[in-house]
Amino acid sequence: MKGHTHAKAAEEFIKDDARTHWHDETLWHVRQKRDLSAQGIPEWETLRDTASATKNYVLSHLGELLEQFEANALANGVEVLWAKDAKEHNDHVYRILQENKVANIVKSKSILTEECGLNHYLEDKGYEVVDTDLGERIIQFAKQAPSHIVLPAIHLKKQDIGEIFHKHIGTQEGASDPKYLTEAARQHLRKKFIEANAAITGVNFGIAETGGFVVCTNEGNADMGTHLADIHIACMGIEKLIPRAADLGVFLRLLARSATGQSITNYSSHFHRPAQGKKMYIILVDNGRTEQLGREDFKNSLKCIRCGACMNTCPIYRRSGGYSYNSTVPGPIGSILSPGKDLKKYSTLPFASTLCGSCSDVCPVKINIHEQLYKWRQVITENTDVDASKKLAMKVAGVTFGKPVLYDLAGKMARTALKITPDSLVYSSINVWGKHRDLPQVPKESFKEWYKKNRKS
Amino acid sequence: MRVGLFIPCYVDQFYPGVAKASLELLEKYDIEVDYPLSQTCCGQPMANSGYERYGKESAELFLKNFDHFDYIVAPSGSCTLHVKDHVLPKDEKAPQIFELCEFLTDVLKVKDIVSSFPHKVGFHSSCHGLRGLRLAKCSERMDPEFNKPLSLLQKVKDIEMVELDRKDECCGFGGTFAVAEEAVSITMGNDRIADHQKNGVEVLTGADMSCLMHLQGLITRQKSPIKVMHIAEILNGNPVK
Repeated sequence: MKGHTHAKAAEEFIKDDARTHWHDETLWHVRQKRDLSAQGIPEWETLRDTASATKNYVLSHLGELLEQFEANALANGVEVLWAKDAKEHNDHVYRILQENKVANIVKSKSILTEECGLNHYLEDKGYEVVDTDLGERIIQFAKQAPSHIVLPAIHLKKQDIGEIFHKHIGTQEGASDPKYLTEAARQHLRKKFIEANAAITGVNFGIAETGGFVVCTNEGNADMGTHLADIHIACMGIEKLIPRAADLGVFLRLLARSATGQSITNYSSHFHRPAQGKKMYIILVDNGRTEQLGREDFKNSLKCIRCGACMNTCPIYRRSGGYSYNSTVPGPIGSILSPGKDLKKYSTLPFASTLCGSCSDVCPVKINIHEQLYKWRQVITENTDVDASKKLAMKVAGVTFGKPVLYDLAGKMARTALKITPDSLVYSSINVWGKHRDLPQVPKESFKEWYKKNRKS
Repeated sequence: MRVGLFIPCYVDQFYPGVAKASLELLEKYDIEVDYPLSQTCCGQPMANSGYERYGKESAELFLKNFDHFDYIVAPSGSCTLHVKDHVLPKDEKAPQIFELCEFLTDVLKVKDIVSSFPHKVGFHSSCHGLRGLRLAKCSERMDPEFNKPLSLLQKVKDIEMVELDRKDECCGFGGTFAVAEEAVSITMGNDRIADHQKNGVEVLTGADMSCLMHLQGLITRQKSPIKVMHIAEILNGNPVK
């Protein structure tokens, strides 16, 4: 198979065994914190059901809820813009910046702007975009993309961060004390906040009933940016809606617990209207979402509230790292969102799973992630030219298993072949199974042969 | 009660001992068990690889072999789940399929297991049985605790069950995943084994031979002293291998 494959990228990541296990342990630790936190909520499963049902309602009434949201936001004095794709979104942001003669921009963490490539777009136009979430700032210095949607720099150790900070904000060489590094980042960012004319944020929840929206951060960086700057641009995927303010409690309780094991994010900031003399914009972005909504088998993926729990629990993500997925949203949820955008480019992602189902059971909005992975596999083999040898093997297997006589014969031949073939051939490079694993010992007879002699005679 | 025994293809070919133990175990409970001789494979390897359409013939053959039974029983959570979700028609007349352990606990409601197994045993909770068939409560969900295979093992005399650090983490087998994503698969498998080793397990068991085949392949390559046995062999009173 040509180009990027998850398997190849994962193999590369795993070559550093110590880092792989450190990555696995770190994320497993987050998963355990999540378990502990969820255990404290007797109605946890009811909350998940409620959240899932609410999002179901949103997805089946998306049009009218969006109109309601727009009308209420407009009434609140917010300017509402629509973007059908990434380009329209970025153009809107650029126009707003130009119109308001913005020189300095701070941005709080937003996967949507990542998805739209906003930073690169604005940098090409001569703007400096300062990400103010600590993890985001770190990878921005390192010129990397987030490897996780909640913990964007989770692939980096504190020593790596010490090095990056030394190079970019002049911390002491070799320093890796988190407290020292965080304080240095705080001082550096404070200056950026003060200078900013515009703050760009994402949106965690848009409330149709009020036209307001909620942004969740742990560092308070969204508040800091929006309070100081005169312009607030909120970028929101159209699926981020909830019907009523009363629904919010369900989602806020689920989000932080699922993400990091906290009972709530440190800051859950509610925005409704611009302060006097200031301006607020909301850009409602489609970028493939309505297309996904139209796919009956996959529309549930739009319920995602971006908690990242499926990544923390996924035994493959934990051992292959976020970059192995080569998509803005990695991990299990990314593997069902991305093929909808580019089936060919992301054709190996639905196969980067054992279908263990842990992602679906950890998901706070009960997205049937592993079932969708299974469904994507069927779509991919029918619509892309994946591995021809695998296709042939599966076809042959299908025919063999369809005919008992063929199956019995093939089984016998395989067992005989394994018995008489020298180990040097059995464990050659073409047998991937045998590189690190022994094959089962070949029995004298199959169960069927034994049964005929011992039970049916 | 007409019970049809479904022995997955790879168990038939490579682990006849597991199939025998399953049959003998069921026969101990005075039920009539039949093994249809024309059976092959449920079609899961093709389906999970994205070629559900090539598994059609084996699915049809499966139905022909088993449609006259009340219950189908299989010593494999994974194949049972595939048959349940993708092969059996969703109507009341269709036979019900049960994984061996859940058949013993839910249908036969067995009170006693007549066997002794004086060893330290680690249980590998296979994912499709765990989260697909709900043979036990998985650690992600906040439901009341239950564990069907474990409840059976606890009835075995002299057995000592070992608690693992990560009680329901995947072993990394995943069918063709084991080959297509070899690097991750091997790492996951070795991590699972390390958990058992760290906690002093002598015999590693589980209700799915496919996961055990993967783990055993790694264990023998590592020359680790851990033995691998299918749960049917322990419940049937087979001695340690």
